[in-house]
Amino acid sequence: MTPEPIELPSSQGELRHHVLSVLVENKAGVLSRVAGLFSRRGFNIFSLAVAPTDPSRRFSRITIVVDAASAPLSQIVNQLDKLINVVEISHVNEQSVVERELLLATIGVAFDQMAGALALCASFGAEVLDATASEVTVTLAAHPDQINAFCELLAAYRVDQLHRTGLVALPRLTTPPVSPASAEPTDPHSN
Amino acid sequence: MELTGAQALIKALEHQGTEVIFGLPGGAILPVYDPIIDSSIRHILVRHEQGAGHMAEGYALATGRPGVAMVTSGPGATNIVTPLANAYMDSTPLVVVTGQVATGSIGTDAFQECDITGVTSGITKHNWLVTDAKDLPRIVAEAFHVATTGRPGPVLIDVPKDVSQSMMEWYWPEGTDDLDLPGYHPPVGVDEAAIAEAISMLLAAERPLLYVGGGVIQGGASADLRALAERLNLPVVTTLMARGAFPDSHAQHLGMPGMHGTYTAVTALQRADLVVSLGARFDDRVTGKVDGFAPLAKIIHVDIDRAEHGKVRHPDLAIVADCKVAVAALASAAGSATPSDLSAWWSELRGYQARYPLTYEPHDGHGLLKPQQVVETLRDLSPAGTIVASGVGQHQMWASQFWNFEEPRTWINSGGAGTMGFAVPSAIGAKVGRPDRTVWAIDGDGCFQMTAQELVTARAEGIPVKIAILNNAYLGMVRQWQEMFYDERYSEVYLSPDLPNYVMWAEAMGCVGIRVDDQRDVEAAIEQANAIDDRPVVIDFRTDASEKVFPMVPAGLSNDAIMVHPSQEQR
Repeated sequence: MTPEPIELPSSQGELRHHVLSVLVENKAGVLSRVAGLFSRRGFNIFSLAVAPTDPSRRFSRITIVVDAASAPLSQIVNQLDKLINVVEISHVNEQSVVERELLLATIGVAFDQMAGALALCASFGAEVLDATASEVTVTLAAHPDQINAFCELLAAYRVDQLHRTGLVALPRLTTPPVSPASAEPTDPHSN
Repeated sequence: MELTGAQALIKALEHQGTEVIFGLPGGAILPVYDPIIDSSIRHILVRHEQGAGHMAEGYALATGRPGVAMVTSGPGATNIVTPLANAYMDSTPLVVVTGQVATGSIGTDAFQECDITGVTSGITKHNWLVTDAKDLPRIVAEAFHVATTGRPGPVLIDVPKDVSQSMMEWYWPEGTDDLDLPGYHPPVGVDEAAIAEAISMLLAAERPLLYVGGGVIQGGASADLRALAERLNLPVVTTLMARGAFPDSHAQHLGMPGMHGTYTAVTALQRADLVVSLGARFDDRVTGKVDGFAPLAKIIHVDIDRAEHGKVRHPDLAIVADCKVAVAALASAAGSATPSDLSAWWSELRGYQARYPLTYEPHDGHGLLKPQQVVETLRDLSPAGTIVASGVGQHQMWASQFWNFEEPRTWINSGGAGTMGFAVPSAIGAKVGRPDRTVWAIDGDGCFQMTAQELVTARAEGIPVKIAILNNAYLGMVRQWQEMFYDERYSEVYLSPDLPNYVMWAEAMGCVGIRVDDQRDVEAAIEQANAIDDRPVVIDFRTDASEKVFPMVPAGLSNDAIMVHPSQEQR
C-alpha cells in the first residue's frame, strides 16, 4: 500500500484549510452534534481529532481541519458556536499555532533494507515500536509537513499499514480566541 | 421531598409556568402521564402527535410563551419531527418531551425505540437524553432557558422510562447560575456605537427601507419599530414571518416582499440604497436570485444570531442584538435626529403603489368563488384582532396578501419549512392560548386533508376554532407552477372538490359544516360561523382553480423579473 499524499495547511501559497480548536463539553453525543453540523451546513472536514482535556474530564478538545473553500470561516465559527455544548472556539493558523500529528506505519523490509529503514526512522526521530525479521512498525509525532516528508520516503519500502491521527493543534499563548462567546470573558473551568 | 422522575418532570413544568401540554400518551411516557392527573397543567389529548407539535407552535406564536408537547417514544416521537423542523425554521420556542425505552434497553432495538435525540439534533436548538432522574429539574429549566432566550427555537427532552420511574430528591434551580450550560451565552445589550452608525447611515440615505422580519415579533419590538419608522419617515416591508409587526393600515407600510409580495415592496428593495434588516434572514423566497437582490443597497443587518450575518448577504453594518433592544435603541437615537427629506423616494414608491396595487378579478355573478374575494369578505366580517392561521400554498399567500394585520401575533403560519397541514392544529393551539380572540384558519383543501382529524380534539376539548377551506380541488400552488412553467401539464395535483365530502366530514368530527358554492351565500355563511362559539365550524368554499397568486417572482430569477397580475400588464 502506497501512502496517499495528504495535503495539509501549508505555510506557502493560499490558505486551503482552517484549523479550529474547539473546546466542548465532554458529554454523550457531542462529537455527533459537531460532525452533524458540518455535514448539514456543507462544511467539509479534512481531519478531526478529539479527546478529553481536563482531569475532571468535563471538557474535550476537538481539533478540526476544515476545507477553507467550503464556507467562509466566520460562518463555520458562528454556526459551530450555536451548538450549546461548544464552549470556546479558537481559529489557529500557521503563524500562531503549535501543531502535531501522530503517524503509525508498518513497513515490510527485506533483510538488506533494514539498516537503511532504521536510519531513515532515526533521521526523522521516528521510534520503532515493534519489529520482526521482515516488518517494522514505527511511530512519528511531528509537524504534519514532516510527516508528509517521512511518508514520501517510506514509500520506497512496502507500506503494509499506515495510520495518521489527523492534526491536533493549540493556539500559541498570545492568540485571543475568535469565539463570539469570548465577548463575555468566561472561564469554562470555573463553574 | 422524594419524587419519582415523572413527578419531578411535571412539577418542573409547573414551575416553568406551563399552563397547557399538547400530547398523546404511550408506553414509554406512561409513568409521566400519571402525575398529570394531579397537576394544575391542562393536558390536551391530540389525535396524532404531529397535531400536538403544531398546536404547541400555534400556542407559542399567538402568546409569545413556549409551547409544550409530550409524546411517547418511537413513532410518537418521529410523528413530532415535522413540527420540530417547522419550529426550528421559524425560531418558535417549543419544549417537547418524549418518552424513551429504559436506559438498559437503549441500543437494543427495543419495542418503540428510536434514537430521537439523534434524529432531531439538526432540527432542535438543543436536545437532552436524561440518564438520571436527579437531573430532570435542572434539564427542564435549561430546556426552557435555551428555547426562549437568544434566537428562540424548539428543544427536546428525551426521558427513558426507568428514569421517570426512579426516585429523586426534589429541588429547583434558583437561576441561570444553577444551570449546566457553560457554552451558552446569548447576546445581551447592543453596541451603542453601531446604533449611532446605523442612524447616520439612515440619515445619509436617499432611499432607505426597513426590511422587517419575524425577530421584531419575537422581540416584541412593534411599538419601537413604529416610533422609528414614523420619526424618520421610513418605508417598511414586513416578511411573511413579520405580518402584523407593523400595521397594514399604516401609510408607510408597503406590504410583504418576496416571491408573492406586493410590487411596491419587492421593487422598493430593488431600488433602495439602504436596507435595514430587523430580525429577518434574507430567505430565498424574499431575495430571489441573491446576486440580483437589492443591488443598489448597503445593508444594515440586525439579528440576535450572528451566524445570520453574511450567511446570504454581506452586511455593511452588522448589529448583534435582540430586536427588542436594538429597535428600541434605534428609535431612541432617531428621536434626537433630524429626519432627512425622503419626498423623492416616497413619490417614486407612491407611483408603484398607484400603478400596481394587489388586485384580482372579482366574481362576476357566475361560476366558482374567487378565493381572494372570500379572504377579503372574511376579513371584513370578522372582529378586530381576529387571529388567522394558515396552511401552505396559494391560500396562505392570499391570506397574507388580503388580510389586514394590525397587531403582532395575529398571523400564525409556517414560513421557512412550508409545512402543509399546519393550519388546523396551529389554529387550535392559538385559540387555547388566546381564548378571548376569534381564530380563523384559512386553509386549502390539500392541507386540510393532512391534519383535519385534530378538529375532533378541538370539539372534544371545547376549542371553537373556525376553518375556511378555499376548496379549489387542487394542490393549487403546484398546479399554478405546472400551468406557468410546465406547459399546463398537470401532474398529480387534482384532488376533487367532493371527495371527501367536507360538510359530512366536519359534522362527523362534531363540528358545524357549511358548504358555499354561490357568491351570494358567502357573507351569510361567514356570519353564521362567527356567531357559533360552542364548537368548531368548517366552511367549504368552492373556489376557482384557475386563480393564481400574483405578483410572482419566478423561482431562481431576480426580483426585477416580477410578474404582475395579467390585468396590470403593459399599462
